[in-house]
Amino acid sequence: MSTYSLSDGLASGAPRVSRAPLLAWVRESGAGVAASIAWIAFGLSCLLWEDVGDWSRTHSLGIAAFIVAAVALFGTVGADYLGSAGRALRQRAAWLVALGAFLTLWELATAKFAWLPLPFFPPPQSIIEVYTDDLPKLLDSVFASVKLQLGGYLIGAAVGFLTGVSIGWSRAVGYWVHPVLRFIGPLPATAWLPIAFFTFPSSWSASTFLIALATGFPVTVLTWSGVASVSSAYYDVARTLGAKPSFLVLKVAIPAALPHVFVGLFMGLGSSFAVLVVAEMIGVKAGLGWYLQWAQGWAAYANMYAALIVMSLLCSGAITLLFAIRDRLLVWQKGTVKW
Amino acid sequence: MVEAALAEAVTHSAAGAALDIEQVSHAFDIDGAELPVLSDVSISVEPGEFVALLGPSGCGKSTLLRLVAGLDKPRAGALREDEVRIKSPHPSRVVVFQDPTLFPWRSVWDNVALGLEAQGILKSQRHRVDAALDLVGLADFRNAYPHQLSGGMAQRVALARALVNDPKILILDEPLGKLDSLTRITMQAELVSLWQRKGFTTLLVTHDAEEALVLANRVIVFSDRPARVKADIRVDRPYPRHRGDPYLADLRRQILGLLGLDVTW
Ligand SMILES: Nc1ncnc2c1ncn2[C@@H]1O[C@H](COP(=O)(O)OP(=O)(O)OP(=O)(O)O)[C@@H](O)[C@H]1O
Ligand SMILES: [Mg+2]
Repeated sequence: MSTYSLSDGLASGAPRVSRAPLLAWVRESGAGVAASIAWIAFGLSCLLWEDVGDWSRTHSLGIAAFIVAAVALFGTVGADYLGSAGRALRQRAAWLVALGAFLTLWELATAKFAWLPLPFFPPPQSIIEVYTDDLPKLLDSVFASVKLQLGGYLIGAAVGFLTGVSIGWSRAVGYWVHPVLRFIGPLPATAWLPIAFFTFPSSWSASTFLIALATGFPVTVLTWSGVASVSSAYYDVARTLGAKPSFLVLKVAIPAALPHVFVGLFMGLGSSFAVLVVAEMIGVKAGLGWYLQWAQGWAAYANMYAALIVMSLLCSGAITLLFAIRDRLLVWQKGTVKW
Repeated sequence: MVEAALAEAVTHSAAGAALDIEQVSHAFDIDGAELPVLSDVSISVEPGEFVALLGPSGCGKSTLLRLVAGLDKPRAGALREDEVRIKSPHPSRVVVFQDPTLFPWRSVWDNVALGLEAQGILKSQRHRVDAALDLVGLADFRNAYPHQLSGGMAQRVALARALVNDPKILILDEPLGKLDSLTRITMQAELVSLWQRKGFTTLLVTHDAEEALVLANRVIVFSDRPARVKADIRVDRPYPRHRGDPYLADLRRQILGLLGLDVTW
């Protein structure tokens, strides 16, 4: 990066020294300055007016906004001295502007002038308040959700993968499993909820089963179609080189089907999130879904927004993790989607 | 020089296997109709011989090679390797297909190692993979993935993947078809010297009469589909052969005539 701008300057910078540096500076740091202005505006919007309600974190939030503004300003202006962190900050500066403007508007519309009806639209400081004052309960919920989701998803993915490979490989297995899959698979896993909760010994095992079911179906179908669509030319090559059937399954069919398997894993992740939240709301007395339900019961709207934000971070994190695993396993593919 | 080449071929001939194609006929069913592809083909190949198969496109050459490899069973007739009936694929008969069909999820090195791995002997034989890669001049690309190779490089990897198994019969389906003319001539020379050193029996399908004449002991010309043996021509010339050799030019004219081309050049 630095060598690039250096040679640029040597080649063309000399004749227009007076104007070019200013333009370049605006282009590189303008967004950072704007971001810091937006966050100063947010800080001022917290501190200049009295709150219409009773919130304890307004003052700290205003101070925090000024700190963000300072970081945005010095981070982007001095990005050249901060290495990759500075470059990353510069790239995201425009987003910081938008975020600061949005928070300012939100603060004014709720806490200061109550343009939006109050208990339903809590101000930013009340959400911060949830994170500081209700942290233990929120963390417990996160832990319970992650545990349930992870167990169900791993079981569903493993069973789905094995079933998919078996159907794709063996005609006999396909004969028996395919009709069952066609009959039961398309049923939304949540439809099993009432039955599952009284047939399983605990609501936790029932939910694990449902999450596994929601994950297993897409993983099975896509693994199966992946194995079935492997070009016979690969098998021909392997067979002439002395491959036995086990080699054909493990070293030809499965790696060739892996891109499909990952599509199934992504779909399964999406549908299992939905089952997780519903199961927690209805049966399991723990987890973020239950927290949402509980908050609704107490009309604690700030808690609901706080839980929603955490939930979306967790789901997004899970998808990111799956993408990272895929990119590692499928380095051989060209042109994969960037998440 | 003639003697030297001949002597070498003879001393190593034990490494090659005899191949007998006995009255083989084959057909495919397309939409209920039968498409005859091979009609009463009989060819007897001596151990260590280099046989080129020439014929019009779509006449059934690749089909015959699949039968020799043991990937398909003929509708009639029999194929034998050293008197033993060919029933299934075996690593003693290795095919380089018309398409390189490298495994895209394996690096170049892992692709070449495929046969040894499938036979469970890779651990003790890793040096053979390195040697095969050296042979085709791709040692520097051992960690590359197939999508990072050019068409010609991919074809060379496919060749290395076959050679690493030390086959008794090497079956080549237009392996040099995708190479540029310069690489092609180099690879032809490599192939001949390799064949002379190792002594395997070679079956080469090609569209190029000149290539057949530069490389093979014997050129077999097929008719249009269904393929029958139209001519079986011995090429008694020492290696290395010269493209300008008037004897070869004469044979070339004769072969092109058999393929239905009246050439005056
Ligand atoms: N699996 C198959 N099913 C049906 N027909 C086939 C199959 N394989 C080959 N054929 C037919 O058999 C005929 C011979 O095919 P083959 O691939 O052996 O030709 P070829 O001589 O190798 O041609 P080319 O020189 O163009 O490669 C073709 O007409 C083709 O359509
Ligand atoms: Mg062919």
